[in-house]
Amino acid sequence: MTGESEFNEVFFTEARVPKSNVVGKRGEGWKIANTTLGHERNMLASSGVLDGSFRGVVALMEREAVNGTRAMDSPVLRDRLMRLQSRVLAMKFHAMRMLTARLVGEFPGTAALVTKLAGCEVSHQLNALAIDAMGELGTLYEGSPRERNGGRWQAGHMFTLGLIIGGGTAQIQKNIISERGLGMPREPRQMSGT
Amino acid sequence: MDFALSEEQNLLAESLRRYLEAECPVTRVREIVAEQAGRDGGSWKALCELGVAGLLIPEEHGGSGLTLLDAAVAAESLAWGVAPGPFLGCAVMAPIALLAAGSAEQQARLLPQLATGGCRIAVAANELVSKRDGAGLHEKDGRLHGLALMVEGGPDADFFLVPAEDGGSLALVGAQAPGLTTTRLSTIDRTRGFAELAFEGTPVAEWIGERGSAGEATRRLLDAGRVILAADILGASERAIELAVAYAMQRKQFDRVIGSYQAVKHLCAEMVTELEPARSLVWYAAHAFDTMPEEASLMACHAKAHLSEIGPFIVRTATEVHGGIGFTDEQNLHYWFKRVGVDRQLLGAPEALREQAARIQGWMS
Repeated sequence: MTGESEFNEVFFTEARVPKSNVVGKRGEGWKIANTTLGHERNMLASSGVLDGSFRGVVALMEREAVNGTRAMDSPVLRDRLMRLQSRVLAMKFHAMRMLTARLVGEFPGTAALVTKLAGCEVSHQLNALAIDAMGELGTLYEGSPRERNGGRWQAGHMFTLGLIIGGGTAQIQKNIISERGLGMPREPRQMSGT
Repeated sequence: MDFALSEEQNLLAESLRRYLEAECPVTRVREIVAEQAGRDGGSWKALCELGVAGLLIPEEHGGSGLTLLDAAVAAESLAWGVAPGPFLGCAVMAPIALLAAGSAEQQARLLPQLATGGCRIAVAANELVSKRDGAGLHEKDGRLHGLALMVEGGPDADFFLVPAEDGGSLALVGAQAPGLTTTRLSTIDRTRGFAELAFEGTPVAEWIGERGSAGEATRRLLDAGRVILAADILGASERAIELAVAYAMQRKQFDRVIGSYQAVKHLCAEMVTELEPARSLVWYAAHAFDTMPEEASLMACHAKAHLSEIGPFIVRTATEVHGGIGFTDEQNLHYWFKRVGVDRQLLGAPEALREQAARIQGWMS
């Protein structure tokens, strides 16, 4: 979507791998892959990235003006910014809380499972606000004249939609949160009688 | 530095919740408030005997000398149990104001009575934030004139802390003072009492500290009040999620518990996804009040604004998870819904708080 290729298909045709390359033991693959995915999910919603993105939007809104009014002086846009600041701060302190829980060897429970779902959404909305602050010029891309910040906001807006889907879609996250976190039952695999 | 509650704080939350479940469950709350909205039917006195009113009051004045983070943990648990009582004014805003601005003599005289709950001081804080219907106070020749609306804990207060000169001075006025009329107000939330106060030449019995020196105390009581309201929403929301999940695990439709349908599970996941990061924000805002004064006002605004957004989402979604029964009186869920509905508007609705947060950061030209 962004015009960049960061993913690729890999085809294995009778590829041989030495036994010493097996990570862990045979049969542990799911557990290991899940651990990796868990880390990936937390990284995708890094509170440091959110913080940096937020500062970028603030700088942009102080600079961009439409009909002589700075974006920061629009009560509507500023309110959106402030709503997102609440969320960026919440995610930052949430990351601190999760870090402490891990350091003291405590399982933080449901709280740890929500990071990816919550963080990626905030990230997407920060990029969306930046684009709205630029209005029609916010659509400029591919190094066009008048493009701001090297097109980072449009690229970020699309890329973060990818993050909402990747690493376990938002809907899969909600299954994980409700099943593993809240102890709710799985959806039956097949409906009987249909 | 650890970012977690201490063992003592977890214990405080647990013991308060166990106490409320045993002594003042929602069925008891229903009986208490059925008689009269805002009455606590002795339940506040019992909480005071446990030390709830004295959490923030130093030990030398008969309290436990704890922090606002401890008080926030208590507020969360009280809202979890929709406990009636004037915690916000009597146990938080009044002691904070007296500690910040009161003379040594005033502290020694008033704080011990507040700590035991023997004396109730309500704080007429609303007009510091929001003036409507011509409300507002002015002082002339040592007498107060004007109107104060939405005074939490007002109907049963022994004294009122009344800001004058935009909060630059705080007056202490007895509930029986001449020229003062107290009128009970009814809100959607029957678990807390509200009153309006009309002053017609009411003499100021005493100023808290030196007259004109209360600006900082006013700011502190607003910051603390906002953090405590955020914690109240946190506790109410947490309980609403617990009730929704428990109901979804028990209620069957088409031969399955409704909690096994993704449409229902996803609502529950969305609620908890909003709640948990918000909990971290409330902890931080309380800790900032205690140890980082330069961040305290900004964090109090954000905590109260953010919880005022996610709280209504959670209590409304929890009601929807219950389906039709969630809307009924018997299911009790509405006590939490209404508690959050009132919290959202007190001491600044989210839009006003976000404006203030922007102003604090120099983003309003």
